[in-house]
Amino acid sequence: MKRAALIYLLVIVVGITFISRLFYLQILDNKYNIPTLNNSAVKVTYEYPERGYIYDRNGVLLVANQLSYDIMVIPQEVKALDTTEFCTLIKITKDDFIKRLNRAKRYSLRIPSTFLTQLSKEDYAYLQEKMYKYKGFYIQKRSLREYPINSSPNILGYISEVNESMIKKNPYYQLGELIGTAGVEKTYEEVLRGRKGVKYTHRNRFNKEIGPYKNGKYDTLPIPGSDLKLTIDIELQQYGEALMKNKRGGIVAIEPATGEILALVSSPTYNPNLMVGRKRSKNFTKLYLDYDSKPLLDRGLQAQYPPGSPFKIISALIGLQEGVINTHTSIKCLGGYRYGKNKDAFMKCHCDTYGYVQLNKAIYRSCNSYFANAYRKVIEKYPTPAEGMNVWSKHVKSFGLGDYLDNDLSVGKKGLIPDGNFYNKWYPNTNWKATYSISNAIGQGEVLTTPIQLANMTAAVANRGFYFTPHIVKSIEGGKINPKFTTPKYTTIDKKYFEPVVEGLFNVFEHPRGTASWSKVKGIEICGKTGTSENPHGQDHSIFIAFAPKDNPKIAIAVFVENGYWGSRWAGPIASLMIEKYINGGTNRPWEEKRILNGSLQEEYDKQLKEQKH
Amino acid sequence: MSRRSNIFYGIDWILVLFYFVLIFLGWLNIYSATHVEGNTLLINFSSEYGKQLIWIGLSIPIIFFILLFEAKFYEKFASIIYLLSLLALVGLFIFGKNINGATSWYDLGGFSIQPSEFVKAATALAISKLISDKQYNLNKLSAQLQTFIVLILPAILITLQPDPGSALVYFAFIFVLYREGLPAYYISIGFIALLLFVTTLLVGYKYAVIGVISLFIITIIYFFIYRRKDLKRGWPKIVISFLISTLFILSVDFVYNHVFEQRHRDRFNILLGKTTDIKSIGYNTNQSVTTIASGGFTGRGFLEGERTQGDFVPEQQTDYIFTTVGEEWGFIGSTLVIILFLLFIIRIINRAEKQKSKFSRVYGYSVATIFLTHVTINIGMVLGLLPTIGIPLPFFSYGGSALWGFTFLLFIFIKLDANKINEW
Repeated sequence: MKRAALIYLLVIVVGITFISRLFYLQILDNKYNIPTLNNSAVKVTYEYPERGYIYDRNGVLLVANQLSYDIMVIPQEVKALDTTEFCTLIKITKDDFIKRLNRAKRYSLRIPSTFLTQLSKEDYAYLQEKMYKYKGFYIQKRSLREYPINSSPNILGYISEVNESMIKKNPYYQLGELIGTAGVEKTYEEVLRGRKGVKYTHRNRFNKEIGPYKNGKYDTLPIPGSDLKLTIDIELQQYGEALMKNKRGGIVAIEPATGEILALVSSPTYNPNLMVGRKRSKNFTKLYLDYDSKPLLDRGLQAQYPPGSPFKIISALIGLQEGVINTHTSIKCLGGYRYGKNKDAFMKCHCDTYGYVQLNKAIYRSCNSYFANAYRKVIEKYPTPAEGMNVWSKHVKSFGLGDYLDNDLSVGKKGLIPDGNFYNKWYPNTNWKATYSISNAIGQGEVLTTPIQLANMTAAVANRGFYFTPHIVKSIEGGKINPKFTTPKYTTIDKKYFEPVVEGLFNVFEHPRGTASWSKVKGIEICGKTGTSENPHGQDHSIFIAFAPKDNPKIAIAVFVENGYWGSRWAGPIASLMIEKYINGGTNRPWEEKRILNGSLQEEYDKQLKEQKH
Repeated sequence: MSRRSNIFYGIDWILVLFYFVLIFLGWLNIYSATHVEGNTLLINFSSEYGKQLIWIGLSIPIIFFILLFEAKFYEKFASIIYLLSLLALVGLFIFGKNINGATSWYDLGGFSIQPSEFVKAATALAISKLISDKQYNLNKLSAQLQTFIVLILPAILITLQPDPGSALVYFAFIFVLYREGLPAYYISIGFIALLLFVTTLLVGYKYAVIGVISLFIITIIYFFIYRRKDLKRGWPKIVISFLISTLFILSVDFVYNHVFEQRHRDRFNILLGKTTDIKSIGYNTNQSVTTIASGGFTGRGFLEGERTQGDFVPEQQTDYIFTTVGEEWGFIGSTLVIILFLLFIIRIINRAEKQKSKFSRVYGYSVATIFLTHVTINIGMVLGLLPTIGIPLPFFSYGGSALWGFTFLLFIFIKLDANKINEW
């Protein structure tokens, strides 16, 4: 009987081995349990819903769809075919054919991938009849974007094929599918896209389809994409693009009461239809490689510059809030401000006063001495300059400067608002003082802003103390916009301090000696501020911010023209024309409009390019 | 009714129940693997599940037939049955029909019969007869040799068909012989040989030899320190056994690389994880493992296994029938089937141990061993644990010959068992 134990032992060993193996295969090892997609018994086909349309704030259609035809391939099903004929039909070379097929093979033998995108309607018509000959290939209808109005590519963005790294990040997408990669196409991708429908078909090992998988239990219908209504006023936008023609720069216009972006112009611009169709990648490369004028750079959002004089508004408000100045405080200006014993420690001023200056005049004459003084007093109010800097920085940042706006635009820049720590690092072994950073007072120095930040700052001033995050989408079909865009954000400055500053800004236009007095518009009370941003590489940049009307403002705007000399030369007139257009529907200063429309800075840019090359 | 006239008298109903449960489960899976939408007739000659149902039906008269004979008959005629079965195997070389490259079938006008499925029972009878002889002593070399010849003859004839997989079963008789007194070192030698074989294939003969030599040195040192006396007497044995091991490793390497054909090597390489080509050689194994794994814990459900229904596993209704169990019944069902098989085998061993006649006991053991070998090799292969060896899973795999062969094997034992107290 003792010897019988061996066979019992064998039976038990076999049992334990088999059951553990089954446990491993069927329960532990997930590699085999990933359903359907990796399962050759089930074929997956997709049905793509139509992508949502995009309209402007008044319902003008900006983006629509057109049909396109893609050739798809399932590599393992490809049989010997007449490649020459096939290549002729779809107009590619044989090498290209092999390259494309290999790319698909590398991706997956079983899962369909795009072989060739966006056939023309004519090619499709020819090919369709012969398609039965090419086993493993099939045609997939897809919709492409179409832009009825040649405008705002920087806002709308574009869609392109997903790449492999995107697929890894988001398993929703399959190779060859389209995804919004810029503009609102990117930020509202899921809204516009909808959801593709999936159909599972059961196949046997010869790949013959033997009916819907599980009677279609897992199939889903496509959910169509939703339409978007943008905050943009396309008429204003196009007008802005026209005004900016042959000039580089950006315009950002915001409705202060809502934070809605009325216009977001970046110049130079391009035709959005260039980003559609088979020529897309060629066009894109061309635009991308234009390092000189950088048309793909959204200058309204991404261009960081010292804000120049418009920043004096902030200096004034902080001075008032901190109590270091009041409306009657007089500061002596003798063509400049001496802040040290050193000969170089002198900030020039062009306010032509040679005497005492008060807040109102300081603003409309843009007096450097006044604001440098106010800035210094704020910093020196606190025990250490670093503490003073921190207080100052906190005030400035409450206007949405120095950080991302956290909105629904696909790109952006932080800008820079220094604080105490910044200068501690900058001057590690020095007892730095307010005067070290005195240029910040007048928007030079270390301060950097983007045009949209300046426009938002202007809106905050127009609202006398609060702003709504500037955003680009007004409404979503069947959805709601993010509530953070409809919640006001308050600045750290009390409402009462805004009024005297606004008066000063009003005088920039109204006072005969105001820096923008000759951009004045009859019938509209505009408040604004000119600016000149010093540019070490060439001509200064022309900057202007404005809002109108003075009470119950409808529009706040920031204009920035690269190498546009000083603020009132280009940026000021452009801002006033935009305001006129928006409020009155057109200008009554046709000569000014004509001058701007025809004005070109191209010579200036060419000159700079030449200088750079030397 | 007298004891003699009732052919069911004394039979073990539990074994009979096991038999029918296993056959029923087997048929359900054959149905799932081979049914085609639209064909609703259960009994028909156009489908494999229909034919299997007919084979199952016909096994009932076969069972009656087996039980009809006196138990004594099987012992008396064991040698003759054995010789006739050998003759049937030899006859294949003249009258046999070639299917899938092996001449293993007789064509009986319309359906084929595979004699090797019946030879197992015949050989079991012959071995039992031989061992139960009063003169027989397994410690003697002559007896060992006799036994070896009885086993090797059918194995050789089957290998020549060629159907080496089915021949493997005859090696399993070593466990029967061990039970009946074969010296233990035969089993150890067999086990060590298998171990050396696999090690050599896995790490190459150089490392295997190095391993054996280091083991040799350790053994010598051990004996030198703790059992110096034994070392004085036994050193030739130690030296010889290690020399033989080394020689064996070298010959394994030689046979593997120069005698085996590439397809044999491929089967081992896939199993040992040395090759992972899932498209050609490893296709079957990969498909079968994937199919089983896709069953998950509870399985896809009867007729719901998409890989089964999509015909992804080649030969699914025959050698790979267990993949259907795996996919459609999941871990629960597969485990249940394995446990059923093992309980069935344990039941046979238990009954065998209770036999008073040595003939019946040896026969019972042979039956248990044959079933265990089939289950182990078949499921082991399907689970990717053993190389691809085509032998059927008893009662599950499609095929009349296999079903009837196993029916003969089992019911002869049931008849012998029924007569255990009935001294004749």
